[in-house]
Amino acid sequence: MSDTIDLIFEKYERAQDQLIPILQEVQRQYGYVSPEAVKKISRYLKITENQIYGVSSFYAQFRFSAPGRHSIRVCLGTACHVRGGATLLEMLERELDIKCGDTTSDKRFDLDRVACLGCCALSPVVQIDKDIYSRMTVTKLAELLKSYE
Amino acid sequence: MNKLKNKITLAKNKWKDLEDNKIPIIFVGAASCGRAAGALELMPEIEKFIGEHNINAEILQVGCIGPCYLEPLVDIKMPGQPRISYSNVNAKVLSNILKSHLLDGIPYTRAAIGNFSKNTFMDIPPLFEHPMLKPQVRIVLRNCGIINPEDIDHYLATDGYQGFMNALTKTPEEVIGIVRQAGLRGRGGAGFPTYKKWTVCRNAPGDEKYLICNADEGDPGAFMNRSLIESDPHAVLEGMLIAGYAIGANKGIVYIRAEYPLAIERLKKAISQMREYGLLGKNILKSNFSFDIKIKEGAGAFVCGEETALIASIEGKRGMPRSRPPFPAISGLFGCPTIINNVETLGTLPNILRNGADWYNRFGKEGNRGTKTFSLVGKIRRSGLIEVQLGTTLREIIFDIGGGVQKNFKAIQTGGPSGGCLSEEFLDLPVDYESLAAAGSIMGSGGLIVMDEDTCVVDVAKYFLDFTQKESCGKCIPCRVGTKHMVEILDRITKGEGNTEDLLTLRNLGDTIKKGALCGLGQTAPNPVLTTLRYFRNEYLEHIKEGRCRAVVCKSLIEYRVIKEKCTGCQSCVRVCPTGAISGPRSEPHNLDPTKCIKCRSCYEICRFDAIAGDAIVIRTAEKRS
Repeated sequence: MSDTIDLIFEKYERAQDQLIPILQEVQRQYGYVSPEAVKKISRYLKITENQIYGVSSFYAQFRFSAPGRHSIRVCLGTACHVRGGATLLEMLERELDIKCGDTTSDKRFDLDRVACLGCCALSPVVQIDKDIYSRMTVTKLAELLKSYE
Repeated sequence: MNKLKNKITLAKNKWKDLEDNKIPIIFVGAASCGRAAGALELMPEIEKFIGEHNINAEILQVGCIGPCYLEPLVDIKMPGQPRISYSNVNAKVLSNILKSHLLDGIPYTRAAIGNFSKNTFMDIPPLFEHPMLKPQVRIVLRNCGIINPEDIDHYLATDGYQGFMNALTKTPEEVIGIVRQAGLRGRGGAGFPTYKKWTVCRNAPGDEKYLICNADEGDPGAFMNRSLIESDPHAVLEGMLIAGYAIGANKGIVYIRAEYPLAIERLKKAISQMREYGLLGKNILKSNFSFDIKIKEGAGAFVCGEETALIASIEGKRGMPRSRPPFPAISGLFGCPTIINNVETLGTLPNILRNGADWYNRFGKEGNRGTKTFSLVGKIRRSGLIEVQLGTTLREIIFDIGGGVQKNFKAIQTGGPSGGCLSEEFLDLPVDYESLAAAGSIMGSGGLIVMDEDTCVVDVAKYFLDFTQKESCGKCIPCRVGTKHMVEILDRITKGEGNTEDLLTLRNLGDTIKKGALCGLGQTAPNPVLTTLRYFRNEYLEHIKEGRCRAVVCKSLIEYRVIKEKCTGCQSCVRVCPTGAISGPRSEPHNLDPTKCIKCRSCYEICRFDAIAGDAIVIRTAEKRS
């Protein structure tokens, strides 16, 4: 880790306004922000670990545990809500036996909600990894899960 | 300047070649919404077809023209024919279209929705006569879905950067004067006159000034900014050049949601093209104006749409608002004078500078000049992205453009979580900043969510408040504690456990939060509750007094039942029920045990789509409490 994280640092100045971009880059590469990463960022930017946790926990984007092989994001935007987005989330929590924000024990899926994916006209939508699936129903979603290993 | 003029000539020739094409051109609508509908899966199919039949054709990805309900959209332009637009294209339809149009040269009329010329072509009407498009006035969206957003030449050929070049021939003060005459008001929601903000910043002391483009489109149910950036990024960037020149800034930042990866990618491409064409950097087009643009990705916090929170976020801090004054126009990013303009405001500027203030004054009405884009979604027949003149009535938007509601109209939410829920009596309300405010709602950034009789307004109010409550940054008490209390009360009501006193408490809490909260998030958060209390009081009372949810939405107040007379006993529902609540032998009516039922909807869906009976399972609200 130390080698690659130093490579990340090379691209960013030592200034507080670089904190969020660095955290984003770390999460892009490692999938989450680990305690070791926070320690290293703290040393690099010369700000306390507390400050870094303060900032990173404020934003919904950052996660502090390793993600699953596939990431499911249920859109709970208004249009999706009106068309049953919450029912989809409940179904996933039940089927995968995890709560929103968690990862399954076999690391197959992690599950989270997202405020809006901006595909409101095709609601309700669910995003798995980079693909967005439109006009979902509980039955279609159950079928869809089978295609992810 | 001369170098750019050459580029423009070349771009215009390139565009003309596209219009007088010698080989077929296939346009695929590939903004995020088109992609979600499956547009990208069509690309390899098209390539395969072209390869197999040895056809020399060009495939172009374009943005979104607006009618999302028709996605995916594919257009074909054959030599000597107008461009024909096809809707709801799936693999099967695509193969018919390609066979007929590409091989035989005959448009596949069955899937065609319009052609791009002004006349009917082979029984296909002009696209812009389509009922959803005809009443619209497209100024900001003029290029969306028409040009290739990743090609600066397409933008240049359609008079792109002309507005900026006009601005450079004037003094910054003159540019501000034109924007003042045009009557442009901030399209982010509050409607503050753009020129006023600019003047303060222009006159503020300091050499270093910043222009920030606010693309942190956080309102759930709104996607106007995403669509514009994905479909015509240069329009927004040109607007940034104009604004930067007017206020005297030479640093521009686009603050954009990380949830919009395609928009970010297109912005990055567009910015590098601008550099290549000499539209960014030092002494742009040999003027004294230097400007550069950077992208900052947001990290997922709704409150960062608020100006001071957004600035804190760019500075690498928790995105919490601060009290004003000083206003950002005087002391903003890193303490420097900073202007934050919304994507749509910036996207409007090139048009004003190109065509003049008088031209812009032809649209809209006194005090509310110009147009506004809206994302029209929810229980509407024709959903999508639209642009209308300010002052258009809600009725025209919902029924003429949107084609009406699937079932009976109940309400429309304007302004997202900060806005209000308006009932039928407001349908003739003109959509302008003041009229919406008088009705207890706001213009907001442009999300319009239509609700029909199947939508429960109490549930919607709870949804919005739950959203703002979760997004509350926690700095001020009215917002942090007040919204939490309101959500708890609403939750009780939707469970049928509320009492009539709750309604008074909700109103008092709402009024207090509006008055006491630090920033716009808190000050507007109670709007959905206050407006529904005002216009839909009866539905609250039904939940409280009768334990009924007439829209059959609130989970605690509904139940699933099998209609014995209709059930054919096909067992489809038995198989999908996750809790074993449904039982019964094959060919005999099934039993549904309400104590085991978790109301997951699986049986209801399977009965409608897969089962033999088709509608034997119903969802009903509870009987009236005695």
